[in-house]
Amino acid sequence: MKKKHGTTQAPAAVNSHQHLRDLLYQMLRIRRFEDKCAELYSDMKIRGFLHLYNGEEAVAVGVMQALNPEDAIVATYREHGQALARGIPMNTIMAEMFGKQEGCCRGRGGSMHLFDKEHRFYGGNAIVGGGLPLAVGLALADKKLDRKRLTCCFLGDGAMAEGEFHESMNLAALWQVPVLFVCENNQYAMGTALKYSHAVTNLVQKAASYGIDHAAVDGMDVLAVEEVAQKAATAIRETGKPFFLECTTYRFRAHSMFDAELYREKAEVEQWKQRCPIATLTQQLKEQEKISDADLEAMEQLIHQEINHAIAFAEAGTWEPVEELTRFVYSEPSI
Amino acid sequence: MNYGIDTSTDNSPLMIRTTYREAVRDAIRESILKDDRVFLMGEDVGRYGGAFGVTKGLLQELGPDKIMDTPLCESGFTGAGIGAALGGMRPIVEVMTVNFSLLAADQILNTAATYLHMSGGLFNIPLVIRMGTGGGKQLAAQHSHSLEGWYAHIPGIKVLTPAVLEDARGMLWSALEDPDPVLIFENTLLYNMEGELPATAGAVDIDRACIRRVGRDVTLISYSASLFKALEATETLAQEGIEAEVIDLRVLRPLDETTFLNSVAKTHRAVIIDEGWRSGSISAEISARIMEKAFYDLDAPVERICAAEVPIPYANHLEQAALPQPTTIVNTVRRMVTRHG
Ligand SMILES: Cc1ncc(C[n+]2csc(CCOP(=O)(O)OP(=O)(O)O)c2C)c(N)n1
Repeated sequence: MKKKHGTTQAPAAVNSHQHLRDLLYQMLRIRRFEDKCAELYSDMKIRGFLHLYNGEEAVAVGVMQALNPEDAIVATYREHGQALARGIPMNTIMAEMFGKQEGCCRGRGGSMHLFDKEHRFYGGNAIVGGGLPLAVGLALADKKLDRKRLTCCFLGDGAMAEGEFHESMNLAALWQVPVLFVCENNQYAMGTALKYSHAVTNLVQKAASYGIDHAAVDGMDVLAVEEVAQKAATAIRETGKPFFLECTTYRFRAHSMFDAELYREKAEVEQWKQRCPIATLTQQLKEQEKISDADLEAMEQLIHQEINHAIAFAEAGTWEPVEELTRFVYSEPSI
Repeated sequence: MNYGIDTSTDNSPLMIRTTYREAVRDAIRESILKDDRVFLMGEDVGRYGGAFGVTKGLLQELGPDKIMDTPLCESGFTGAGIGAALGGMRPIVEVMTVNFSLLAADQILNTAATYLHMSGGLFNIPLVIRMGTGGGKQLAAQHSHSLEGWYAHIPGIKVLTPAVLEDARGMLWSALEDPDPVLIFENTLLYNMEGELPATAGAVDIDRACIRRVGRDVTLISYSASLFKALEATETLAQEGIEAEVIDLRVLRPLDETTFLNSVAKTHRAVIIDEGWRSGSISAEISARIMEKAFYDLDAPVERICAAEVPIPYANHLEQAALPQPTTIVNTVRRMVTRHG
């Protein structure tokens, strides 16, 4: 059931039995991974900043369906979900968070800086808004080299108040480069709600003001996200123009492990949890008798095993020798 | 202004008369023609011809795909340059002056300089950023600062400061061949400098400092426009029998300390001339290294001639007073040699 890449589905396959279960599986896999990360954080296995993705799984999983292996992804510091959905092996992600040299960045990046060349995954960027110009540049290179591929750039609603958002929108539209901007509007930038940080809270309007095609979608509905992402990606591939997609979502957990969540009511969180994308899809599949309790149990088992395997892999990993500390500041001839 | 010194050792008769500005322009043209992946982007580099006239005519010659005018968004286009480099291109990003590069500082420090390390060696960024630097043209504080030494603080980037025509012509290609981000600082006072270059002038190394004048009594360590002030000072000093050795650092990061340490071991005295501010400057770094590694070679404390610790003022006399001057160099050396001689 594991997918190596989020690949473009033939339209007929979109609602196939297997495909729906696969979407569910991928979301569940991210959820369980994140929950385990929180535990590992408490066990002091994972350190530093840890930003979990619970509640937002439908965005990464839905969007990733529209991307091809050649496409590039630029993510934020809340990127475990994107990394897993993209097919970066869980082992190397976990080892990275443990800081081991078997990690995808040899322990130099950690939770906020996952990178993978094979999957064209360009971070893990912890400067809010910092990845946006980079995505424009990746797409510019594709345009100049006449390569038919796109760059998908994830950003938060908080990033849209940064100057780099506006600079990047202008450049993407001016140069007509193939970027899919995916705003994960979880309605908070750390503890600041959207209405306290944006004069205009209608986010697609900001993209519209740059003449960029746009859409807004319920980010708690994986099928809806997938559908609109497919349309957006198809449009980008046909026209080479940028597209802005707002996915309204919610993070169920705190901003990071240091966050006491003083800025929002528990009732609000509970209300959003009612709209959990995983529970919704499970319910839907059950009603349509496309999935049984035994199937679900099998999924959980498989995920459980994969996570345990990843932890064992990370535990067994080695520390990069301190003599290697100053490597990768400048390129080495052998790389 | 004509600082023209002949740095060529080539005896070929095919010497061409050129300026620093034309040397940079030729380097840009050559790089673009040589490698399909190279393009230049920046504010006003195309239709306007470059804020300092460096890229004049290149748009007409090479087309808008190679010479791209960008909007005023230093962070955005610098970041786009980084992305394009990741995507397989070899961009040259021009930032008008180092003063405005602060709007792109996030992209330079937090992205370009960090990616290779954070990704455990996966993603290198073959990007070149060129920018004007320096004071002396009565442009006041927001257009006159010298922050190359400050950029030299940052691991993950390389910092070049071409002073002579040969380097203005040759450093760009070497920088483009480098797999990592390279910043080239062109002191805007040098653009009009004239001199001769071999018609075949091409790539130069971007690793080592070099000795521009051989001497025995004191080592003057400098770079970029200050180099010529140091050289000017040596003429007066020579009339008094003081022979100064002059080092052109050329590269501020990684710093080639061997060249200046060897020189200090010979002359036993060092003066650093740096248009940056003294506090926390590249001159502070050099002084510290001499202290750490050549302390017992010294006959006198290391001295520094830097910009006054003020935002560079507009009025000519104040600006000149704020910047290092040849007379200060002469007086400093004279004092060092006689007092400790
Ligand atoms: C330039 C910058 N400023 C501030 C921060 C601190 N910070 C980290 S995450 C965050 C909130 C960002 O919110 P948003 O973009 O909505 O993303 P979310 O965390 O909700 O996924 C802030 C302020 C930062 N990392 N970078």
